[in-house]
Amino acid sequence: MSNTPLTPDLELPDEHYLNATYGSGIRSWLLTTDHKRIALLYLASVTVFFFIGGVLATMIRIHLLTPGGALVTPETYNKLFTMHGVAMIFFFLIPSIPAVFGNFLIPLMIGAKDLAFPKINLLSWYIYLIGGGFVLYSFSTGGLDTGWTFYTPLSSVYSNSAVTPAVIGIFINGFSSILTGLNFIVTIHTMRAPGMTWFRLPLFAWAHYATSLVMILGTPVVAITLLLAGLERMFHLGFFNPALGGDPILFQHLFWFYSHPAVYIMILPAMGVVSEIIPTFARKPIFGYSFIAGSSIAIAVIGFLVWAHHMFVTGESTYAALTFSFLSYLVAIPSAVKVFNWTSTLYKGSISWDPPMVYALGFIGLFVIGGLTGLFLACLGLDIHIHDTYFVVAHFHYIMVGGAVMGYVGGLHFWWPKITGRLYPKSLSQFAAIILFVGFNLTFFPQFILGYLGMPRRYHTYPPEFQVLNVLSTAGASILALGYLLPMSYLIWSMRYGKVAGPNPWPATGLEWKTDSPPLTENFHVTPEVTWEPYDFQNRPDLGLAAGARPLAPAHGDD
Amino acid sequence: MSEHIVSPKVYIVIFASLMLGTGLTVWAAFQNFHQYNIVIALGIATIKATLVVLYFMHARYSPGRTQLVIVCSIFWLAIMLALTLADYDTRPHDITLAAPQVFYCV
Repeated sequence: MSNTPLTPDLELPDEHYLNATYGSGIRSWLLTTDHKRIALLYLASVTVFFFIGGVLATMIRIHLLTPGGALVTPETYNKLFTMHGVAMIFFFLIPSIPAVFGNFLIPLMIGAKDLAFPKINLLSWYIYLIGGGFVLYSFSTGGLDTGWTFYTPLSSVYSNSAVTPAVIGIFINGFSSILTGLNFIVTIHTMRAPGMTWFRLPLFAWAHYATSLVMILGTPVVAITLLLAGLERMFHLGFFNPALGGDPILFQHLFWFYSHPAVYIMILPAMGVVSEIIPTFARKPIFGYSFIAGSSIAIAVIGFLVWAHHMFVTGESTYAALTFSFLSYLVAIPSAVKVFNWTSTLYKGSISWDPPMVYALGFIGLFVIGGLTGLFLACLGLDIHIHDTYFVVAHFHYIMVGGAVMGYVGGLHFWWPKITGRLYPKSLSQFAAIILFVGFNLTFFPQFILGYLGMPRRYHTYPPEFQVLNVLSTAGASILALGYLLPMSYLIWSMRYGKVAGPNPWPATGLEWKTDSPPLTENFHVTPEVTWEPYDFQNRPDLGLAAGARPLAPAHGDD
Repeated sequence: MSEHIVSPKVYIVIFASLMLGTGLTVWAAFQNFHQYNIVIALGIATIKATLVVLYFMHARYSPGRTQLVIVCSIFWLAIMLALTLADYDTRPHDITLAAPQVFYCV
């Protein structure tokens, strides 16, 4: 349908994917091949893992309130941070934006009716559930204590915790990731609407294309590596255990060959989200479109060449360390290209402070801190001092939580009107974004100082002089928790009571905003034809932004 | 695009080659080629894998884009092996743990 200026008396469309009558009740969801419904199934699933990981994080922070440890035994503490990492990384951060927003939006953004392989899409969700089931079994039968990195020979020989089911679960879950990436690549190649050329693709699609490359090329390596560790543990085959003729450093090489690029699986889609939000709320075409698109591919490629910077202190050769240090510096360039382009887009833009924009601006600030502290860690001399300290913990949380989760929650606010057809309270959501930003910084900035002062990570106890900073961090975590619970509350509330959004409440330029909110099962009434350049506000009279056009009703008229 | 039909004769020849390769692997396992043991075993395995990909997985008859994907995957494998070996091959292998020198103040 064509986009029309908003009017206050909007109504939800009669037919949309949420009330479509194919099959009945729960069965119509569990057997659906509609990419939008599968996205919502993923949304529910990753939220469950986010809460499990969140509860574990809360227990870690409560434990660290006192120098001697306030809550659990040292053995249990090892399990807490391991399970927190496994739940958050493999079952929340990696699938979150691709499986939820990628699934929901890529067909809509390119003008397609669905992904290329709808049944494989549903299969990937079931594989995720099976993998998640194994991991939850591991958690509930004593948990595991190896760290999320599963370093050998601890994981393959010495640990007496439930490592085997967790390793099997992550191995299975890898196939879910591979199938999702495969689906995105084939869809973007073959199902673009007429006129949707490669350089008219939304930057969100470019980011997901790059992410999919990493998923397909990297995931098989970690899956097989963890399987080998499992085989060594179960059948005493010598892969990584020196006593059996193996090499523990080989495990680290293979593990990080995937697990460093996995950071880009988390952050690239968030960068895609930010690239959609910034031009929408700056009312300007994005600055340097082709550079942002190209930098996504560059990050995916160079990101594969930096893995051994995690291993500078393992006895790695000096020459290899120099090479990986140089390459790690190199990957900062395309990341900086994105940040400079986003800020250039803001320059002289007509900026509005709608909630998605607040999250996107928060993302930029936190990602810059996370990225710059990554350069500290890529520096060979400095890394020896701060390796395995809280400095590293703070650094990667700035990237993964400050970056990826901020992008995820920002994306949720940006596309929520498209997903549900309804708006949420504006002031409350702006407040929540600020709470999240403040809580995050209070939690993790003290950890930079703790690490610099020498507090090692993964220790259940610490010297008394570190208590003030640890208490600050725990206080920040409770504010951060509020920053997550608030959006969850008002977004659920808005599903029933929110103001009807209309097709394009912001308004934004993407194809997904040219269909109903919520969209039809088939996405579009008529296959759209793209005749405009990406993020072009000037030549789009249908957006209602031209001088003399009917004034837009405020997107959030309810507060 | 129509699917390429491969004649049974080709499949039989490839299957026989794979069996021959398996026999060669077993035979080579009982010989001692010293430092070339691993090279010969991996060489035979690579030839067998190439035959499977080209003929059983139809890569030889696939469109250029599919072949590009296969080449890229092999290239990525090469990156992983090359950079990992770059570490192993440049490590000092002759480290001896000398006793620390002790200086006495007289």
